[in-house]
Amino acid sequence: MATLAPSAPSAPPAPVFTDAERGNSLWHDAWLRLCKNRPAVFGAATLLVVGFACFIGPLFSPYGYEQQDLDLGASPPSGIHWLGTDTLGRDLLVRLLYGGRVSLGVGLAATVVALTIGVVYGAVAGYFGKTVDAVMMRVVDIMYSLPFTIFVILLMVFFGRNIILLFVAIGAVEWLTMARIVRGQVMSVKRMEFVEAARSLGFGRRRLIFRHILPNILGPIIVYTTLTIPGVMLLEAFLSFLGLGVQPPMSSWGGLIKDGSEKMEEFPWLLIYPGTVFSLTLFSLNFLGDGLRDALDVRSSKD
Amino acid sequence: MLRFFASRLVQSLLAMFVIITATFFMLRFVPGGPFTAEKAVTPEILRNLEAHYGLDQPLWKQYLDYLGSLLRGDFGPSFKYPNRTVNEILADKLPVSLELGVLSLVAALLIGLPLGTIAAVRRNTWMDYTGSSIGMVGISVPTFVVGPLLVLVFGIHLRWFNASGWYSFEDRFLPCLVLGIAYAAPISRLTRGGMLEVLNQDFIRTARAKGASEIRIVFKHALRGGLLPVVSFLGPAIAGILTGSFVIETIFQIPGLGREFVNSAFNRDYTLVLGTVILYAGLIMSLNLAADLTQAWMNPKVRLEG
Amino acid sequence: MFKRGTCLALFAVLLLAGCKKGAAPATASSSGGPAGAVRTDLNYGNGTEPQDLDPQIVTGVPENKIVNALFEGLVAYGPKGTGTTPAAAESWSISEDGLVYTFKLQPAGKWSNGDPVTAGDFVRSFQRILSPGLASEYANKLSPVVGAAEFNEGKLTDFGKTGFKVLDARTLQITLKRPTPFLLESMKHYAWFPVHLPTIEKFGGATRKGTAWTRPKNFVGNGPFVLKEWAMQQRIVVETSPTYWDKKSVKLTRIVFFPTENIETEERMFRTGQLDKTNELPLDKTAVYRRDHADSLRIDPLLGIYFFRVNVTRPPLTDKRVRRALALGIDRKQIVERVVNQGQTPAYNACPPMPSFTSTARLQGDLEEAKRLLAEAGFPDGKGFPRIDLLHNTSQNHKKIAEALQQMWRINLGIDVAPVNQEWKVYLDSQDTLNYSLSRAGWVADYVDPNTFFDLWRTGDGNNDTGFGNADYDRMLEEALNAPSEAARMAIYTKMDTLLMDEVPFIPLYFYTRAFAIAPKLHYPENSVETPNWKYVYWTE
Repeated sequence: MATLAPSAPSAPPAPVFTDAERGNSLWHDAWLRLCKNRPAVFGAATLLVVGFACFIGPLFSPYGYEQQDLDLGASPPSGIHWLGTDTLGRDLLVRLLYGGRVSLGVGLAATVVALTIGVVYGAVAGYFGKTVDAVMMRVVDIMYSLPFTIFVILLMVFFGRNIILLFVAIGAVEWLTMARIVRGQVMSVKRMEFVEAARSLGFGRRRLIFRHILPNILGPIIVYTTLTIPGVMLLEAFLSFLGLGVQPPMSSWGGLIKDGSEKMEEFPWLLIYPGTVFSLTLFSLNFLGDGLRDALDVRSSKD
Repeated sequence: MLRFFASRLVQSLLAMFVIITATFFMLRFVPGGPFTAEKAVTPEILRNLEAHYGLDQPLWKQYLDYLGSLLRGDFGPSFKYPNRTVNEILADKLPVSLELGVLSLVAALLIGLPLGTIAAVRRNTWMDYTGSSIGMVGISVPTFVVGPLLVLVFGIHLRWFNASGWYSFEDRFLPCLVLGIAYAAPISRLTRGGMLEVLNQDFIRTARAKGASEIRIVFKHALRGGLLPVVSFLGPAIAGILTGSFVIETIFQIPGLGREFVNSAFNRDYTLVLGTVILYAGLIMSLNLAADLTQAWMNPKVRLEG
Repeated sequence: MFKRGTCLALFAVLLLAGCKKGAAPATASSSGGPAGAVRTDLNYGNGTEPQDLDPQIVTGVPENKIVNALFEGLVAYGPKGTGTTPAAAESWSISEDGLVYTFKLQPAGKWSNGDPVTAGDFVRSFQRILSPGLASEYANKLSPVVGAAEFNEGKLTDFGKTGFKVLDARTLQITLKRPTPFLLESMKHYAWFPVHLPTIEKFGGATRKGTAWTRPKNFVGNGPFVLKEWAMQQRIVVETSPTYWDKKSVKLTRIVFFPTENIETEERMFRTGQLDKTNELPLDKTAVYRRDHADSLRIDPLLGIYFFRVNVTRPPLTDKRVRRALALGIDRKQIVERVVNQGQTPAYNACPPMPSFTSTARLQGDLEEAKRLLAEAGFPDGKGFPRIDLLHNTSQNHKKIAEALQQMWRINLGIDVAPVNQEWKVYLDSQDTLNYSLSRAGWVADYVDPNTFFDLWRTGDGNNDTGFGNADYDRMLEEALNAPSEAARMAIYTKMDTLLMDEVPFIPLYFYTRAFAIAPKLHYPENSVETPNWKYVYWTE
């Protein structure tokens, strides 16, 4: 309990709180809890290492990602090629790092786009309900049902081959599910007592949505985000199949894995290394996501 | 309730109309048509083909004709497979996809629900981490890797299963397992998240204080609320399996709809694309309706609106 | 509140019950008979699902294999997969001027429902495929015949005025517009096969596409096999026809055609024993098979060429020297040995070698010459050369080759070529509309004759797609068809080949082969246009 200075006509001295009394914001609390969560910290660290390696690493490699050695062909890991080479004799390590740039970049960017649009859209639909919700959700249904393949081909034809288009295409699909989930969550939370209380205190709609409702549904949002990112990376692999993704000879993790999976019996390293790095990144992402979810959960017992 | 259903029906029909129109015209803007082929046909033959299929009519007339045939329940002939009508193709393939989808989802739930629940109940212990990790395998190893791997092990080396096909009951096992693993991951994570939310609520604490056993708490009290995010997810998941099973159907040569969604677009098979889109849209809207209803039933605080 | 626990348990039990049901895989092959007996059934990997089984509607190679089991044309390939042997026609004669072909049909030829195969059946079939109403995509295969093209365009309405005549119930006469030396070869193509009109008319009429007459219970054909089962995208089963005139030569009793759209899956199916022969083999598996299963590997020549179209209307490719430099600036041997490695031969001309014709034309020059030409054209060491795109459709193989070539051109000539992967129909459309610089392409022969490799380069031909047009070339094409002798004709083709290799409207890369996995005991004759004669396919001991 705070000790308040007695009110006086002159400006009261600033209230002094002791350490035990100093309130913590939600975010500060969450940060502390997160730091204590070992898997989450491990996950974050791994992600940083992988990201760093992908963006800085290639500068140290003697090989270019498109440099071929047809006489060598596919070779297993060795002193000169640490992770081996692919069937055109290209160094796998360098291609893996460049691929990481593409996958991580696309994964993060597209997910941020999907997240932003999806959360706002879903929150508005869920909060207002009735007609607004009906119209908004039917629009989502419509966009969900349109044939994605045709949509992508059209994009490609009208706007040429552009990496930005990749984000647009992927983002255009991923935000839909996010919106549905957020809407569902908002609808179940908006009738809770604390929202009623906040409303009766006279807070505006925007404040209610963004400062009261949304922070309380961060859990599923975070979990779903960590599920979206791998989906985005694999969707990019599918798009290169359609001719929209990164153009050869550049490749992404998804592309490398697809390539490796077709040759996994003859040249297993072509699958193992990209697959391991991909999985490791996703594991880290999920531990971090779980950590965030747990840290932000206001109702969790303080253990 | 009735008013809710009626209004949803009207909305769905409107949405469907928009979808059909948008798809119809989108298809015509894309380069290449059903008869664009590596060995080009002569202009005279192309004229004959277009006359045969009514493609030489003005576009608005083709559109209206198509709507008319839809009202009669006729989706038209397939361009790519002249021997079949779209109705026939859909009727042949939908049951296959449904079976694949249902079995896979059952597998996914069987794997994911327990994993997620255990992870939530034993939060931050090694059981949590292991459970999450096993679940993670499903997302981080793509189906086009898991599939061939399992075929290699179980089909080629152990000779327990065929490499592909959809005849005997055994043929169902591998494809559904692969898809099940892929979907078990999000289900387990959403379950974990949802269960954690519920398990920390006051009414659970009360039940515990009253001496209820852990199992009773989990099954009787927590599960219903904890599964809420999973339910929201199941709607898109079912639709996703039915249409996104492209990879599985290609690897295991399963005659389902998933492949047609993609291949019909590649073939510019106008009628088949529209047929699959309409089917899919109808499915999505029905599933969303079901998900909304289930959510309302599971959480009395959610009122059915719209 | 439903008993969640029991429900879950029930599902688990059901799933496990499914697993336990059968330990042995129910492979599609059934009959094997007692040990020692020779098999008579065949499980055949057939690529994509057939569009239809009506020989007058389909256009693809998978359909070709099945249609050849169900129907029979006038002539067919012999036991070694080459030559022309009697099939539905017992004998034939050609007039002095090469314009009139008279065929005498097999006296015992019967449809699968017992009706005799008559000349009238053939003529009515030709009328059907040429009917504008049917809109058959291969109607132009009959174009050498008098009046055929006009009838198909609707300009001629009386079929009696075309060159197809019934002389009597078993004698058929065909009159050509001009001598066509390769007519008999081209008649092995299914566009010339007869169909049973009475059945077709019962199910919707002659000019309706895709009616029910090709369904197993309605099907009538004149080939060695009849259609027993057709489960879409699962399998097509054919069994020996009891009324086939040459039944005694047919050794197989049953063929099951499996659609195999994914070649990796197909290879796995071969290894589990589900298939006896695959359609293709993934590139990377060839080396493994060579090393470990050499008796299951076959690499047959295929009459086809893998090449790159050059858009001659787009600068700097308008300059012949640039085109020749590009063609000379790559190492075909490396591509064929390192990148593709399925026994292909590098191509330095337009037409692959075949029994009747081996071209002596050849792309002249080497890498030094390429550099010199490029410099002469104004781009010494590639300086100033704009970046050009290299189109290809989605495929791992094409991607690999394109990337390898990109590298070669960069190192050898200093120019920047960017591979562009386009979706199939977009890629086809880009070629049709000349919206590319270089584009990967493939061309497989329709029949065993050099003409099929030369007539697409005619000015304005629908399959030219390069903007190349040369009056001399067109003239020689006509001359070849009117040549006084086969030797003279082949000499003209060699001249045309030389012209093409001088003008370089396309860059030849290699001649195709067809690699596939096959059970060692299966006798399957090699055929350079992938048209099997099923009478000569059988299991050896």
